[in-house]
Amino acid sequence: MASASTQSPSTRAGARPSDALPAETLLKWLRDMQLIREFETRTMQAYQQAKIGGFCHIYSGQEASAVGTIRSLNPDDPIVLAYRDHGHALARGMSARACMAEMFGKAAGCAKGKGGSMHMFDKPHWLFGGHGIVGAQTPLGAGLAFAARYEWEVMGTGAKKVSVCYLGDGAIDQGAFHEALNLASLFGLPVIYVIENNGYSMGTAIHRHTANSKNLVSRGQSYAIKSVEIDGFDVRNVYDQFKPLVDECRDLQRPAFVDLKTYRYMGHSMSDPQKYRTKDEVDGWKEKDSIAALASHLMGSESDGGRACLSEDDWKAMRAEIAEEVRDSIEFAESAADPDVEAELYSDVYINPLPQSSPIADYPHGAKNPLL
Amino acid sequence: MTTITAPVPSGGRRVEHPALPGGFAVPDFDRPLPSREGERIIQFREALREAMSEEMRRDERVFLLGEEVAEYNGAYKVSQGMLEEFGAKRIIDSPISENGFAGLGIAAAMYGLRPIIEFMSWSFSLVAADQLLNNAAKMLYMSGGQWGCPIVFRGNDGAGGQLGSTHSWCVEGLFANVPGTKIAIPSNPYDGKGLLKTAILDPDPVFFLESERMLGDKAHVPEEEYYIPFGKARLVREGDACTLISFGRPVNFCVEACEQLAAKGIECDLLDMRTIRPLDMDSVITSLKKTNRIVVVDQSWPFASIASEVVTQVVEKGFDWLDQAPIRVNTDDVPTPYAKNLEAEYLPNPAKIVAAVTRAMA
Repeated sequence: MASASTQSPSTRAGARPSDALPAETLLKWLRDMQLIREFETRTMQAYQQAKIGGFCHIYSGQEASAVGTIRSLNPDDPIVLAYRDHGHALARGMSARACMAEMFGKAAGCAKGKGGSMHMFDKPHWLFGGHGIVGAQTPLGAGLAFAARYEWEVMGTGAKKVSVCYLGDGAIDQGAFHEALNLASLFGLPVIYVIENNGYSMGTAIHRHTANSKNLVSRGQSYAIKSVEIDGFDVRNVYDQFKPLVDECRDLQRPAFVDLKTYRYMGHSMSDPQKYRTKDEVDGWKEKDSIAALASHLMGSESDGGRACLSEDDWKAMRAEIAEEVRDSIEFAESAADPDVEAELYSDVYINPLPQSSPIADYPHGAKNPLL
Repeated sequence: MTTITAPVPSGGRRVEHPALPGGFAVPDFDRPLPSREGERIIQFREALREAMSEEMRRDERVFLLGEEVAEYNGAYKVSQGMLEEFGAKRIIDSPISENGFAGLGIAAAMYGLRPIIEFMSWSFSLVAADQLLNNAAKMLYMSGGQWGCPIVFRGNDGAGGQLGSTHSWCVEGLFANVPGTKIAIPSNPYDGKGLLKTAILDPDPVFFLESERMLGDKAHVPEEEYYIPFGKARLVREGDACTLISFGRPVNFCVEACEQLAAKGIECDLLDMRTIRPLDMDSVITSLKKTNRIVVVDQSWPFASIASEVVTQVVEKGFDWLDQAPIRVNTDDVPTPYAKNLEAEYLPNPAKIVAAVTRAMA
């Protein structure tokens, strides 16, 4: 696809939806992306200090994907995704504190410390969870679209919505994904499957894990679903291509499929020695880093096609402010209370706990989730 | 997420919960249940249909989705006529895609709807095990109380009659292992209606296990609305010789066995557990205190089965009341055979139950 630099400003004006957005919006995207980058950097440190346990999947490099797609949605469009979920949670509006506290296993976390890194849930922000089993979220994405459509079509309330279901390229090999695509097309469900294609299914390169790997859109097309490729490393480009797709799916109440090309800078998880790829490959992607590219665009003069709305000092100040926000989230998470064993271990198993449900104990109601 | 609620059944109350906008309805379980005696004789499948239809009339959030439920009128005619009454937006034919449509239902439940997902057979639910056991059962916990999953999964469980190894599953032993599940297994049309209505109202995931072999069973089923509470066993027969514990189809084998034993002067307490999670051990122990002997009849395999669980809890809670070691009558510990004689031998049957009780009395 054509990059911005090959187009004249006059062609771009109006042609690119993002060019019509106010500078403040793009500055917010920059902030969103930098927050994710900084948050993940501190997450890795905390993990190495054994303050975060379990499996932990870092999103660095892919920021333009979450920010560009989420900013194309309405705040009450439901989204659901896999386990590399910190970035989407932050982009959707979860506080860095709630996200970090969850990974620290604290009661103030978004799932009261019961979910962990792979299970970021945020009801007020319509984030229906990060999910740990590869592909398991794909039928859920169809179900969210089904329910949203049922709400206005059968119950006569609510607006037309679009659900977005994120998955990695590894998940397209799962049966659940194909079942979900079939149901979405068959039932006319307004769900967009966004393949965050970072080229690797854990440590297995895409040409080694899936057939016809250079033509992922054929997966969607084979179910008669509108399918597009998007360069996911440029946040403006993500928005430019994704926003019209969202509008169309909302209007027509039909699904879509997106092969969103991106790249993760870090390993699959914190325990990944990355022997399957070279440093040169990683560095090659870092050269076109999405955050640096947007900052550069915002600093560039209008005659060069830039926005001229950000100075070096502004950018420095923004990064400092974000660093402080993330540092605060670490402090918050560290000093936050552990979940109370008595109240929390056995709670949230049932909404309506009944006596004699377990041979061990009764199931109480726990504390109200801090996000609710 | 939808905030629409439905009217609470007469005499019931609404309970608020942060995970469910608008809360959930709890029926008036103190109200005496209608008589089991009467002239309104209908089939088990009709009783199930009545339960679903009554709830769908009360609550627009309820829909039925599964293979052949709509235009085919139900593979086993449970949903016969429902498409006509409720339309294709609420009675929905699905492709043969259990993992997909189970997950679709789970997310719809999170969103605020009240799905009923029909599995033509619970045997086919195994390809959806991830959705059932990870997503439905654990959603409330792993979201820290933000999202529950008010959904009913229902269908045929157990041997249907020469269906062979893959189509004769009893999933209760597998699925009951997972916290977060509620599991109801009715043994007769009356309970089928009352338990299914409770399942649909309940805000947690309910696995509702029917039996192909019982769908044609006929009994009086009251026309009025009634809800049978979960976790309350029914004392089917009274006696002081031995306690018989069962659920689902084998309850009927136990009734036959009890009649044969009664002819020999042996009167048993027969408890129909009706739900196995929750499991009404209070009633089991109460009966045990009277009989001091216990036989558990369970149509799933013996290893780590519901029968094993009952026996374990009997030993834990009623050891001093036992005069004999508890006895399990399960299916034989082999894949389900096809040949008629082998299958008949494999399943629990009245002769095996009589033999077990006789052993317990020795």
